[in-house]
Amino acid sequence: MDGINWHSVFFLLFALVACGFAVAVVVSSNIVRMALYLILSLGATAGLFFLAGADFVGAMQLMIYVGGTLVLLVFGVMLTAQGPFVSMKTRGGDWVLTVLVAGSLLVLLIPASFSIGGWRNSGEAMPEAAVAVQSQPRTSAPLGLGLLGVRVDKLDEGPAELRAGMSGYLLPFEIVSVHLLVVLIGAAYLARSKKRRDTARFET
Amino acid sequence: MSLLTEPVGVSHMMTVGAIMFVAGVVCMATKRNALGVLMGVELVLNGANVNFVALSSNFLRNDAAYSMGLDGQFVALFVIVLAAAEAAVALAITLNFYNNHATVDVDRADELRG
Repeated sequence: MDGINWHSVFFLLFALVACGFAVAVVVSSNIVRMALYLILSLGATAGLFFLAGADFVGAMQLMIYVGGTLVLLVFGVMLTAQGPFVSMKTRGGDWVLTVLVAGSLLVLLIPASFSIGGWRNSGEAMPEAAVAVQSQPRTSAPLGLGLLGVRVDKLDEGPAELRAGMSGYLLPFEIVSVHLLVVLIGAAYLARSKKRRDTARFET
Repeated sequence: MSLLTEPVGVSHMMTVGAIMFVAGVVCMATKRNALGVLMGVELVLNGANVNFVALSSNFLRNDAAYSMGLDGQFVALFVIVLAAAEAAVALAITLNFYNNHATVDVDRADELRG
């Protein structure tokens, strides 16, 4: 009981839930169940982010992905409801071809992720890392300041003349802001109802 | 039992990311429902996000000096926001297609004029 690493135990739990429900999304043919499995998979991924020390990204994953994007997807499922007997089956040949390609991709990716020695964790740095977890500030303030162009986590790196503001993320932040505004207007324009004008013309 | 007693590293996180990525690719390629294709895209982006967060973490590797620092978390945040934007636009297109064709089968979406 003493040798159990609880970080690894929780990692295994969240990883199994995330991967298992990701595969369940693929093999399920009911679109509502696919949405539910996707919610569970992305929620478990937020748990993985918390375990990796990225607490702000994990919270954003829960709020934006699980709370926003998936509610949008579920509404899309409900708004495009098909009859209960409309089945959209994939042909068997497509399944065989896709599983062949995806399986070869998986066979390529997993040994690649274990091939670099620096990515392993032998546990030698764990006591210092545990101390660092206790003494480190949370990541939300450095992330917010980095989005405003000030990297408070890298103040001692790089030459002094480059430190002033080149490593921040102010420009991508502004681009993403404008992008979101454009997407909001464009989505509202695309999804508006056009039927009412036609019926009004027919009625007059 | 070795997984329960050994500390996990970046490699384990990247394995999870690879499995989610491949599941998303299979989902995109085999689903005929347009919303199923969208869910595959979400899975692919999320698998990439797992890799970014794993590489930016200081606690999952021996040589923490070589980790990406907070840059990986910045990229993960941008990916999350862009995935939300992409889902909104793709859902609007899907709803428009459903209004015009009364189906969400992507095999019948060979002409999008409406």
